[in-house]
Amino acid sequence: MSALLEVTEVHAGYGDVKIVHGISLQVAPSEIVTIIGPNGAGKSTLLKAIFGTLRPTRGSVVLDGADVTGWPAHRMVQAGAAFVPQTNNVFPSLSIKENLEMGAFRRASGVAQRMEELLAQFPDLARRPGELASRLSGGQRQALAMCRALMLDPRLLLVDEPTAALSPVMREQLFAQIEAIRDSGVAILMVEQNAREALAISDRGYVLVNGQVAVEDSGRALLDNPDVGRMFLGRMDPDVTGDTGDTGGTEDVETTPAEPDEGTR
Amino acid sequence: MDFVQLAIVGLLVGSVVGLGAMGLTLSFGIMKFANFSHGDMMTLGMFLAFAVVGNMGLAGPQMAPLSIPVGLIAGVVFAAAGVALLAAGVDRVVYRRLRRRGSATITMAIASLGIAIMLRAAIQLTWGPLPARYSTGINPAWRLPGDLLIKPDQVLIIGLTLVLAVALYLIMYRTRLGKAMRATADNAELADIAGIDTERIRLATWMIAGALIAVAGVMFAVQAQLRFDAGFEFLLPMFAATILGGIGNPWGALVGGLVVGISQETSTYWIPSGFKAGVPFMILIVMLLTRPRGLFGSTF
Repeated sequence: MSALLEVTEVHAGYGDVKIVHGISLQVAPSEIVTIIGPNGAGKSTLLKAIFGTLRPTRGSVVLDGADVTGWPAHRMVQAGAAFVPQTNNVFPSLSIKENLEMGAFRRASGVAQRMEELLAQFPDLARRPGELASRLSGGQRQALAMCRALMLDPRLLLVDEPTAALSPVMREQLFAQIEAIRDSGVAILMVEQNAREALAISDRGYVLVNGQVAVEDSGRALLDNPDVGRMFLGRMDPDVTGDTGDTGGTEDVETTPAEPDEGTR
Repeated sequence: MDFVQLAIVGLLVGSVVGLGAMGLTLSFGIMKFANFSHGDMMTLGMFLAFAVVGNMGLAGPQMAPLSIPVGLIAGVVFAAAGVALLAAGVDRVVYRRLRRRGSATITMAIASLGIAIMLRAAIQLTWGPLPARYSTGINPAWRLPGDLLIKPDQVLIIGLTLVLAVALYLIMYRTRLGKAMRATADNAELADIAGIDTERIRLATWMIAGALIAVAGVMFAVQAQLRFDAGFEFLLPMFAATILGGIGNPWGALVGGLVVGISQETSTYWIPSGFKAGVPFMILIVMLLTRPRGLFGSTF
């Protein structure tokens, strides 16, 4: 299987501050690849360097056989990549529909049809296309940001911490959406803090430490890796087993009303 | 003078200020810096139209009941195109370089002040320090009920401002370019990521702002004299209108311009007219202290 995205020995940083020190990674077509790692490991910087919003100082980025190293963002979009930043990822004073139109700025035809396809999966957004993005909830914004990025039918979607500000229920929905996007034939390279859930849906994962790849393996293997578990997955429970239920109880507000209901019956 | 008559004069002044402020607020919202050369771009617009009707002698007959000659139609088109190209050219040569270096917005604002001084000096060198006029045609006023007077020229100015405001609205909300301009004002980095070539959007913004301010300059000069510093004197009222309406908000700027113009002119009902130029100052200071985001909200 030849790689869709081939990143080789990329170095990047801001001015004199070097953050990414020679990272190499690959993403195959229709694959979910997750990058995890502690804060400051260079995860977001790496995504920016790949997409060209930050010019790599060394190394190369090859997308579908074409060397796209340091290309400006609008050319990356034409080359078939799309990027969803972590924050400020919608245009607040534009409507939902206008946000999607901006995603399709480089598209000459089929804009309305593509918009319909994407909105069909998000009834919340479809119901009121004229609503300003500034009035949407966190989860709706994230969904809109993903739809915006998908307007041009990219083959590769880069996503920076999509679940950062979401409740566990919304998180679950979003990961399901990411799987659905993958199933539609889009490869996804994602940076995630909720490493356990992200790795569970990932084909492969990379652990970044200090701007370098520390571990690279399949998603399943990383979940089972005791070192990785101790360092990145064990915020609630250092033991890798029996981890699924206990994360929800403390912070999940949205599901709690349902439970007393069950009890009274 | 009668208060209502003063308000009519204010409406006229406000139309010119509002027309200019629409372009100023547009460039402010998208470039994120205050363009201090906007006033001198206005003067350039006045004189480019004069180049057609005066220097080239293409005035032609007067268009009664207006005082202006037929040739001024060509003049205003020439002025709008000329100032639009100049504004885009300055962006290419000056502001874009600063942007690429990651210069602070204050650096760009100071650069625009330099452009302003250069522009004013170039206009003075080219057309001289003496005042000029588009035409010597007379423009008898219409008498409205209540003994109010309004000149046909003035009706044209107010009408043209409204037409251009509607045109700008349609561009901003109905066209792909306008939506991309609003997106770039919201978040230029995201606009880039979405695939919008924001450098082209910036050029288009400068051209629209330049064309609008050129028309404002010609409209002003239709019923006043052309002077090399005439536009500069509009700079402060235009900034007051921009702040009043909320930076980046063209409709706010138009309303702000009308408020500034009307309050400036009607103030002479109570205070000596020599002090009226201080009114926009007062509005600016009060707004910055109380509602810095403007009456209608800012995209800044």
